[in-house]
Amino acid sequence: MSNFFTDNKDLQFTLANLELEDVVKFRENSYKQANEFDYAPENLDDARDSYKKVLEVVGEITGERIAPRARVIDEEGPQFESNKVTYHPLTINNLEDLKKADLAGVMLPREFGGLNFPVTIYTMMTEMVSRADASLQNLFGLQDIAETICEFGTEDQKQRFLPRFACGEADGSMDLTEPDSGSDLQSVRLKATLDPKTNQWYLDGMKRFITNGCSKVHLVLARSEEGTSDGRGLSMFICEACPQLVVRRIEHKLGIHGVATAELQYNHVPAELCGMRRRGLTKYVMSLMNGARVAISAQALGIAEAAYREARKYAAERKQFKTSIDKFAPVFTMLTSMKMEILAARTLLYETTKMVDLRWAYGHLVEHGKPEEITTDIRQNDKFYAKVAAVLTPMSKAYATEVANRVSYKGIQIHGGTGYMKDFNAERFYRDARITNIYEGTTQLQHVAAIGGIVQRVLDPIMDKFAALPYQGKLMRLSTQIHEMRKKQQIAVQYVAEKKDSTYFDMVTKHLVDMETYIFVGYLMLRDALKVSERETIAERFILDAVPEFDRSYAVVMSGDVTLIDNHKEILDY
Amino acid sequence: MKRQLMVFVKQVPDTKNISGEAMTPEGTVNRAALPAIFNPEDLNALELGLQLKEKYNFKVIVATMGPPNASEVLREALYRGADEAILITDRAFAGADTLATSYALSCCVKSIGNVELILCGRQAIDGDTAQVGPQLAEKLNIPQIAYVEEVIDASGKSIKARRAIEGGYEILESPLPTLLTVIDANEPRPASAKGIMKYKKAKTRSEVAKQLRDADYTEAAVLAEKETILRSKNLWIHEWDAAKINADVNRIGLKGSPTKVKKIESVVLKAGKVVSIEPSEAGINGLIRELIEDHTLG
Repeated sequence: MSNFFTDNKDLQFTLANLELEDVVKFRENSYKQANEFDYAPENLDDARDSYKKVLEVVGEITGERIAPRARVIDEEGPQFESNKVTYHPLTINNLEDLKKADLAGVMLPREFGGLNFPVTIYTMMTEMVSRADASLQNLFGLQDIAETICEFGTEDQKQRFLPRFACGEADGSMDLTEPDSGSDLQSVRLKATLDPKTNQWYLDGMKRFITNGCSKVHLVLARSEEGTSDGRGLSMFICEACPQLVVRRIEHKLGIHGVATAELQYNHVPAELCGMRRRGLTKYVMSLMNGARVAISAQALGIAEAAYREARKYAAERKQFKTSIDKFAPVFTMLTSMKMEILAARTLLYETTKMVDLRWAYGHLVEHGKPEEITTDIRQNDKFYAKVAAVLTPMSKAYATEVANRVSYKGIQIHGGTGYMKDFNAERFYRDARITNIYEGTTQLQHVAAIGGIVQRVLDPIMDKFAALPYQGKLMRLSTQIHEMRKKQQIAVQYVAEKKDSTYFDMVTKHLVDMETYIFVGYLMLRDALKVSERETIAERFILDAVPEFDRSYAVVMSGDVTLIDNHKEILDY
Repeated sequence: MKRQLMVFVKQVPDTKNISGEAMTPEGTVNRAALPAIFNPEDLNALELGLQLKEKYNFKVIVATMGPPNASEVLREALYRGADEAILITDRAFAGADTLATSYALSCCVKSIGNVELILCGRQAIDGDTAQVGPQLAEKLNIPQIAYVEEVIDASGKSIKARRAIEGGYEILESPLPTLLTVIDANEPRPASAKGIMKYKKAKTRSEVAKQLRDADYTEAAVLAEKETILRSKNLWIHEWDAAKINADVNRIGLKGSPTKVKKIESVVLKAGKVVSIEPSEAGINGLIRELIEDHTLG
């Protein structure tokens, strides 16, 4: 029995030290709601205190209720019979607990029954839910659907749908993927037709791999413009579960067994347009996906945390050669690298969510503020944070999800043969982690999404600030090392740009993103070490480990070796 | 007027999560090593009370007797949906045994009046007596149903409840008012986020006074003004002393407690030596022989 918030020193450090002042002030519109809602904060301290208290409850629910149910849910999963999905009774208990704790509309405005929490706090919840049961996160996280309706829907749609989400009555799904459109969503074919007489939209076609496809409210990406074949012919629709929307089957998956992944058939399903025509993919789905990418980063981090803890516990208890195995260097180096990667992924993730929160705040000011109040500063910040979030979101997802895979892999390794057996949780974490670097965009696509901003040096102004912090002694020496890495990164980026070879660019993109990640996280580690001296060892370990990895990638990028472009086929065909 | 039910709860040391030595060398409970928590079965009683609120529109009043900081369990109850909270606190209550405690609680019930149902957890994890609930019913001269698992009906002037008995259950019906002691048969709801954010600001008079003292305010008028504001927002935790509930000073606290603690002994259980036995015919035969010689078998 444990509390997943109070037992996590790093998560508590993160909450206490993230400078959320601006985020909360904007989110709370200068605390104007305090008179209207008895649960709205009066000031920053009040808000912070509420976040902490609510996170403690989430920690208790996830640690004491949800985690102990996870293994049975994984083994038994949901039932599917006569086109109807029935979730496992324990999954239903989990959802009830979350609902009773008012956690079904965490970010929704209070007018609709939500808590109006920032992304940062919501993401911390996501992390804890995932640590307890990764599959449950896929249901918990679908409140993002409501978030999208809130951002882009009409007032009438908000009134009709959001309170249902906030009270936990409605659940959602995001119907994007089709048999022939996975990574390439521009080619989506599901047809939306408007009946000109009744002004009613209808959807016809297929969707595949739809998480919680048995939901009550669906957000659907469909082709509304006949004769088009690209992303600009797609619009977003809202539809409700109905007899014309058939769940054809649910998938048998490697992991995340607790949630149903469905194949859907649309037989003339009545639907309503959400937002503007033709903006479905280019604006709304991109926004939805960015939110989901943050959530998947947190899901991955939660799985990694769970895998690390069980491995550490096992290594301390397991005796071989008359001593516990965590005394052996090969084991404690594995454990240390697991812990370090988790700390790194966490500091990157919550720096990302802070930027996402700031982007949301300035975006709202620009879109909804009074024209006379929108200063040049606000406009510049809006653009700046949009760019920063657009780099950090994929960077964080690529990093956290690959970390989760490495950590859960080592988790089994530390358990030895026992870890390969179903009796322990290690193998579940390994299976659950495996999807995180695939869905909501593979790691390879995250690299593509991040590289543009890296070439444009979007993060430089932030890193300049970190570089200028008053480091002394060991931290100063470490900051010099990061500084050296930054210089090399600039050289590498310039080198690749001047080469003007798009295939080479694509080949080394992964390395450039990894290099940027090492530098950015290195600075975050240094910044955190300035706040608490016991984190100096952590910053030092991260940077000492990063240097050789960075240099290896640097050597690959600077090699200019293009032979693989010409001879990969020869190798593959051998 | 809304139907009223009361839930009596207790703040107890967490005997399951002991962070240090549970007993001091002098043989008393080491409070510092034991975090204070909501007595587990009282959470079951509260859960049942809240279910009755949802089903029959009861007003749920939660009360506890304890030191000033026992207000924390009252806030916990408010987070989950209780309507009103009362802290029964007075130095004169200190040292009460179950007799003096149930007397004080009965005074509290009487001063509220019109309470149709009283819910208590079966027992507290510190004393484990399971006496206070039944004694309270006796003091109030009302019927009681102990070991309740669930309430089947409370729509009319009586209550039908299912209680656990050895090897099964029985369903009893009793006229209201009735007292129920509740066992670990439901899953208490978690604290709700909105409840926390609102009721974390709920305070007792002593807590408000302390806050003001810390901020260097001492005028009574400021305190009174604070009270008015908190009351208007339903954030006032009543703090009742012996006089407020018309308790006879001779029947409360140490004075009213015939139970005398003669001696407390710290019993340390030590594991014996570990013997490993080969999983072979010879090993098992050896074990059986040893157990027979030991008179454990045969």
